[in-house]
Amino acid sequence: MTEKIATRDAYGNTLIELGKKYDNLFVLDADLAKATKTESFKKAFPDRFIDCGIAEANMMGIAAGLASAGNIVFASSFAMFAAGRAFDQVRNSIGYPHLNVKIGATHAGLSVGEDGATHQCNEDIALMRTIPGMTIINPADAVEAQLAVEAAAKTEGPFYLRFGRLAVPVIYEDKYDFQIGKGVVLADGSDVTLIATGLMVARALAAREALMEQGISARVVNIHTIKPLDNELVARCAAETGAIVTAEEHSIIGGLGSAVTEAVCQSCPVPVLRVGVEDTFGRSGPALAVLEAYGLTAERIVEKAKLAIEMKK
Amino acid sequence: MNSALKNRLSLIACKIRQGVIEGTFHAKSGHPGGSLSISDLMAYLYFVEMNVDPENPRDNNRDRLVLSKGHAAPALYAALALKGYFDFDELKTLRALNSRLQGHPNMNDTPGVDMSTGSLGQGISAAVGMALAAKKTGAPFRVYAVLGDGELQEGQVWEAAMFAAHNELDNLVALIDFNNLQIDGNVTEICSVCPIADKFAAFGWYTIEMDGHDFEQMEEAFAAARLVKGMPVAIVMNTIKGKGVSFMEDVGAWHGSAPNAEQYEKAMEELKAQEMRLEVQ
Repeated sequence: MTEKIATRDAYGNTLIELGKKYDNLFVLDADLAKATKTESFKKAFPDRFIDCGIAEANMMGIAAGLASAGNIVFASSFAMFAAGRAFDQVRNSIGYPHLNVKIGATHAGLSVGEDGATHQCNEDIALMRTIPGMTIINPADAVEAQLAVEAAAKTEGPFYLRFGRLAVPVIYEDKYDFQIGKGVVLADGSDVTLIATGLMVARALAAREALMEQGISARVVNIHTIKPLDNELVARCAAETGAIVTAEEHSIIGGLGSAVTEAVCQSCPVPVLRVGVEDTFGRSGPALAVLEAYGLTAERIVEKAKLAIEMKK
Repeated sequence: MNSALKNRLSLIACKIRQGVIEGTFHAKSGHPGGSLSISDLMAYLYFVEMNVDPENPRDNNRDRLVLSKGHAAPALYAALALKGYFDFDELKTLRALNSRLQGHPNMNDTPGVDMSTGSLGQGISAAVGMALAAKKTGAPFRVYAVLGDGELQEGQVWEAAMFAAHNELDNLVALIDFNNLQIDGNVTEICSVCPIADKFAAFGWYTIEMDGHDFEQMEEAFAAARLVKGMPVAIVMNTIKGKGVSFMEDVGAWHGSAPNAEQYEKAMEELKAQEMRLEVQ
């Protein structure tokens, strides 16, 4: 059985390593340190951990002020509050002045589970994509999450790092050559490309197996950096396989599916079908059951892949 | 305060006001009213209170000013120009396409601007973050945040106020420009923020009230602020919107509209006359 770890755990653990490496690294939280996993950083570096209380807008401003004085600042909350509630602050106080703030947004997407729609943020990628100069990374597993956090810490400028609550399968056996803005071809194929991000990468790999049994050859690409998108890789996949299915734990409006569609339209127009949260709110339930109820499954990817291949004809 | 310094500051403030009028007239837009109400403060901060060097605008040990009421940018720009960060003539490019002087301040465009502001309520949080950075790293700098009275209606201001007191940021001074006019009318009639000092005091701040156009009171207030330990300081400045230009004083319409050619001539005439009087003293 595959090992399962939540990407938020990797976030918390990596921050401790980075705290040892950079003495100008601060971690901010808004009363969710246990859930966002920054609590271990607090224990290791109490002087460089700041709990701002339940005030995300103010936290983003404080992050901006700390960063303007030459510090690396990780500001953590749930995706809903980091990207949603504090959007104006992230845009105007962090994005516009291009400050060195890394937003560690946990509990993104439907896999929050039982807390329901108010906490299941399916809109954060769409919001963050519209901010000029914002780098957005949505890692597929704990290994990649660690690499993403390390890369963000050593790269100047604002980042939005998206993590999940749910323990998800570990895809990567070991660290690999992670590069911001570069997608990863995890498995080759020729009939269709499955472009996935976050926890949907594992499901895309499962979909590939199912398609193979039906004689269909699917390529699987992991897009961890949603902005800047790896346009070159997306165009190459469009040209070589002639059809694309995107898969994300996010609204089909404004996220990976939109980004890939926009890219393909401008480089190599081919059918692009999107698996994601349709234009609807989530609901309470065990995380895996909620994902299934909203069609964020390998089965749905398989269906869409066959449809996309049909559309090629 | 000796009379020579008082006279010098009055002269600088008068020139800042001229810069405000020049900028907003050439831009044909902008916010003269709230810029004129903080012109005296800008003169005192940049020419007495703050430790800044136009030759090293990014020196990490410099004092910081965050213009949380970012629409008063014309006053900030004029003070920076007079201090030597850039040419006074550049004020005429305010709000023009490709100018370094954006409608609201941007730290990456304009030398001397310490934080990008404009969306009300946000600057105070950034100032709190800067003050916290100084405390955490042992840096000697102080941080000044200038807020509008109407801006206090933003909830984020009180999030920041709570945090600053909790973290005992005695290197932070918030200056509230209490001219009692916001776009839609009198602040006390739209949604009163009064009593301002009592609110900050209740949040754990040391508070001072003063006449925002009186340099002697300013000197006393800033000296007192430096002696406060373990808590941030809020200085409520009673001001007159449009101060220094007779027909703009206490008229709400000058919040966000620029003088036309005739009004420009009249305003500059008044300010030049003030300047002449100050120079002969």
